[in-house]
Amino acid sequence: MFVINCPYCGERDQQEFKAGGEAHIERPKQPTELSDDEWAEYLFMRKNIKGVQYERWNHAHGCRKWFNMIRDTSNDEIKAIYKMGEKPPSI
Amino acid sequence: MSENLRVKSSQYIDETTRVSFKFNGTTYYGFKGDTLASALLANNVHLVGRSFKYHRPRGIMTSGSEEPNAIVQINPNTNRTEPNVRATEVEIYEGMEASSQNCWPSVNFDIGGINNFLSPLLPAGFYYKTFMWPASFWEKYEYFIRHSAGLGKSPTLKDPDIYDHRNIHCDVLVVGAGISGILAAKNAAKNNYKTLLLDEKNELGGSTIYENNESNKIDNKISSEWLKKEIEELKNIKNLEIKTRTSVAAYHQYNYLLARENLTDHLEKKDKTNKIRQRLLKIRAKKVILATGALERPMVFNNNDRPGIMLSSAIKKYSDFYGVACGRKIIFFTNNDSAYESALSLNDKGIKVEAVVDIRKQSETNLEKRVIDAGIKIYWEHTVVDTSGYKRLNNVSIMKLSNDGTSVTGNKISISCDCLGVAGGWTPAVHLYTQSGSKLAFDEDKKIFIPNKNNSDQISVGSCCGDFKLDEILKNLNEKLKNFLDINKTDFENITVNNDQEISKRNIWLLPSDKALGKTKPFVDYQNDATAKDIKLALREGFRSIEHVKRYTTTGMGTDQGKLGNMHALGIIADTAGVKMGELGTTTFRPPYTPLTFGTIVGRNVGKFFDIFRRTPMNDWHVEQKAEFENVGQWKRAWYYPINGETMHQAVQRESKAARESSGILDASTLGKIDIQGSDASEFLNRVYTNAWSKLGIGKCRYGLMLNEDGMVYDDGVTTRLGENHYLMTTTTGGAANVLGKLEDYLQTEWPELDVYLTSVTDQFATASLCGPNSKKILKKIIPDLDLSDENFPHMSFKEAKIGSIVCRIMRISFTGEQSFEINVQSSYGKDLWEKCIEAGKEFNITPYGTETMHLLRAEKGFIIVGQDTDGTMTPIDLQMDWIVSKKKYDFIGKRSLYRSDTMREDRKQLVGLLTDDPKVVLEEGAQIVSELNKNPVEMLGHVTSSYFSPNLNKSIALAVVRGGKDMMGKKLFIPMEDKTINVTVSNPVFFDQTNERLNA
Ligand SMILES: [Zn+2]
Repeated sequence: MFVINCPYCGERDQQEFKAGGEAHIERPKQPTELSDDEWAEYLFMRKNIKGVQYERWNHAHGCRKWFNMIRDTSNDEIKAIYKMGEKPPSI
Repeated sequence: MSENLRVKSSQYIDETTRVSFKFNGTTYYGFKGDTLASALLANNVHLVGRSFKYHRPRGIMTSGSEEPNAIVQINPNTNRTEPNVRATEVEIYEGMEASSQNCWPSVNFDIGGINNFLSPLLPAGFYYKTFMWPASFWEKYEYFIRHSAGLGKSPTLKDPDIYDHRNIHCDVLVVGAGISGILAAKNAAKNNYKTLLLDEKNELGGSTIYENNESNKIDNKISSEWLKKEIEELKNIKNLEIKTRTSVAAYHQYNYLLARENLTDHLEKKDKTNKIRQRLLKIRAKKVILATGALERPMVFNNNDRPGIMLSSAIKKYSDFYGVACGRKIIFFTNNDSAYESALSLNDKGIKVEAVVDIRKQSETNLEKRVIDAGIKIYWEHTVVDTSGYKRLNNVSIMKLSNDGTSVTGNKISISCDCLGVAGGWTPAVHLYTQSGSKLAFDEDKKIFIPNKNNSDQISVGSCCGDFKLDEILKNLNEKLKNFLDINKTDFENITVNNDQEISKRNIWLLPSDKALGKTKPFVDYQNDATAKDIKLALREGFRSIEHVKRYTTTGMGTDQGKLGNMHALGIIADTAGVKMGELGTTTFRPPYTPLTFGTIVGRNVGKFFDIFRRTPMNDWHVEQKAEFENVGQWKRAWYYPINGETMHQAVQRESKAARESSGILDASTLGKIDIQGSDASEFLNRVYTNAWSKLGIGKCRYGLMLNEDGMVYDDGVTTRLGENHYLMTTTTGGAANVLGKLEDYLQTEWPELDVYLTSVTDQFATASLCGPNSKKILKKIIPDLDLSDENFPHMSFKEAKIGSIVCRIMRISFTGEQSFEINVQSSYGKDLWEKCIEAGKEFNITPYGTETMHLLRAEKGFIIVGQDTDGTMTPIDLQMDWIVSKKKYDFIGKRSLYRSDTMREDRKQLVGLLTDDPKVVLEEGAQIVSELNKNPVEMLGHVTSSYFSPNLNKSIALAVVRGGKDMMGKKLFIPMEDKTINVTVSNPVFFDQTNERLNA
């Protein structure tokens, strides 16, 4: 069980949060102009890294805000947390 | 029969309080403070169980949670029975009963014992090799295995006890209250850290507290005397909470630990009532100090498992702590100095020690001299090659070891005895350490795994980090604490410590015998009956990974997780494979450290709190009317309302007819409701629904279909435009929370530029849905001044009105195909609204109907239910709902996916209606559909998703998804059932009122 530092609420137990998969996959602005393969790349392809991964998390049982997290999936170390729309900090 | 082996009064046992208890039907006596094990040993009872595979007689081996053999069932056949309890941990109380497990019919005569003689037929992997083939026989094998191998009986009666959970936040958590833990906790608390100290035993002080060895002194006092003073001082320290009988079960990342506090297990029955039995502590600690100590290892030699063979340290504890002699003629067998301490301790109490057998060449310590002075014979460089005594040890045979330790030489010496204390060295208890994600390193010199790379803010102190001698423990503890707690000095900086130093070391993982290995029984894992032979066999058969060997031989797979034998298994593997132990790695220790009761895990979440249900404001009325309920998401919804003993079928047929013939009423409060406001609300709806929303007039309603980005139907519902920038969206009952989450996700992450605000208002409104040709007349009676004409209040529109002074929102929308009005009021008025409708509808035979009738009525109309007729693989095109997918809109969630090559395939499963050739036959939902009968194997075309007998059409109807079904209108298909084949014809999924005339009738 992690302790997650919600950028809006502060430190809370992991059970208040919901993981939302890989971060920084922007929805294409003009989906109709994409080929099947390009659309599939956006829709299905995820890296699932063992190591440092950029992820989306949601404070579902709290402020309900989405934010980004940089987490080492091999040992669950949270390296950084930053708001949606912000540039990832260097780690 | 019973004998008394109490040797001296102990300050930890209350000898003024005699306690009677039963073990395997016989009454024994012990004292308050005894564990079941110490009380049995005081009565000279060693035989407590049978081993798992060979059913060999087994005795008490240890004095703690690492016990592999003395596993008992407490209070059998009562509502407080508990299996798999370690006799070495459970404290006795007046009237307690316990019985051996894993033996049938009794521990003294055990039918499974025949496995012992068959053991050449039961090698490693026996179960895998024998019982897995042929697969069809598994059921028979399983019965045999379970019957003969059962590990205790699970309780069948309701648990009478209360369990609890508690969250604890502390600065410093100290696990283990031996000398290291006590000094650590004391110094942490004194330096203003909010500190919690836990220990699994009922007394503080670990093994130091009963230390009486003259050789271990602190400031010239015997270490136990010194420690008692320290413990006394704990009482006056603020910031310190101490919990005994509390064992840490799990150490997760981020210093999150779970511990079980045992509150009443040691109390008499009358004192257990109405008290919390066990409490799960959920601890979040800023810093953790592990002081979990070390476990003594046995040694692996032929027949090392007989009752009477115990750990040397356990014999010492039974004598020094409980005042119990484990035998009358005791031999010690050792590879290190600690057995000498045990021998001296026993000798001081007048317990006869016959000899010490030591595999080393010499020791040359003060301890050795004192043992010789006591007249105890020492056999240097000897090993035990065999033991005898079926239900109790009576003899050991020893021989001289060869120089390289791989064989024995000379004559066999036979020594009679009734107890053998084995001292194979110490293993740091690093189980919790590794659970936390921290990594171990192997110390080749000490042959142990020690903490190396910490994964959180923690330290390990004392013998759990490999410090075994008092002086090194306290010196290292002092330095570590100063660093970890960021303090200048501790309160034990300046103590002087004296103790013996161990000079000589020798370790042999598998000791030789005069017999070939194949003819011996050197047990490595006592609980699972895995021997050194099994491990060697696994290696011969090609297993290399320690995790594979473990599973194949079942070493370390018991409830004790191999606390005693894991190191030997690793050592034997390393020696046999010719690799270094450090290179093998260690097996993973998983929570819980010791087993937990289910009660502790669930705490208060039992009975009606096990799974919390949501209930509508009208719930009490449904209950009064004796409605049957069904679970929908978290909700309890009225399913149907049987009257005069109706079956479900009869009730649903009656309700369905009434709703179409006159009027029905449904509690629709559970539908999800999301209030949407903001200047971009219309644009937002355009993006999340497949159809267009910009032109929806204020006061109008529209049905919407929501897709996932993959194009599959996700949810549906009617949304009403309440104002220019204000909508009320309804969702399915089960999908409400997920829909809100999905919408918030898009708003926050993809379209943050949109000015839209979402609020869940599901619980704020109660909804009664009036339906049927007389619904308008009933509504008129309730709200006489509202113009209900089709011109003023047409289908798919909304009005705000008042019932008396209560504001209500009314939507004229229909999920049944009948004229319907959904009346929404503030939740607290829900039941009043419902009763008003029932009262007003009496003259029209208003009929409350539940979810089953709702499903039937909508199926007559071919309306889908998301999650019943769809399963996450259906596009709107598959559902023949092309009409709701806007061609004009540039984009909406899932639009691009509707043009993927896969979603455009013609032969996708598509929603159709099915009519049975025999109109009385109702199909089974989930039944498979085929187009040919004489083909084997035959391709499955699809399945039935909804099926009912329609009372309004007087025939069976069904919805189904069928491959390429769109082009199959009128085609004959088959549904093969177990005992017959049902012939069906593909039809339009709208069965009733295909032109929607009744909506405006
Ligand atoms: Zn938050």
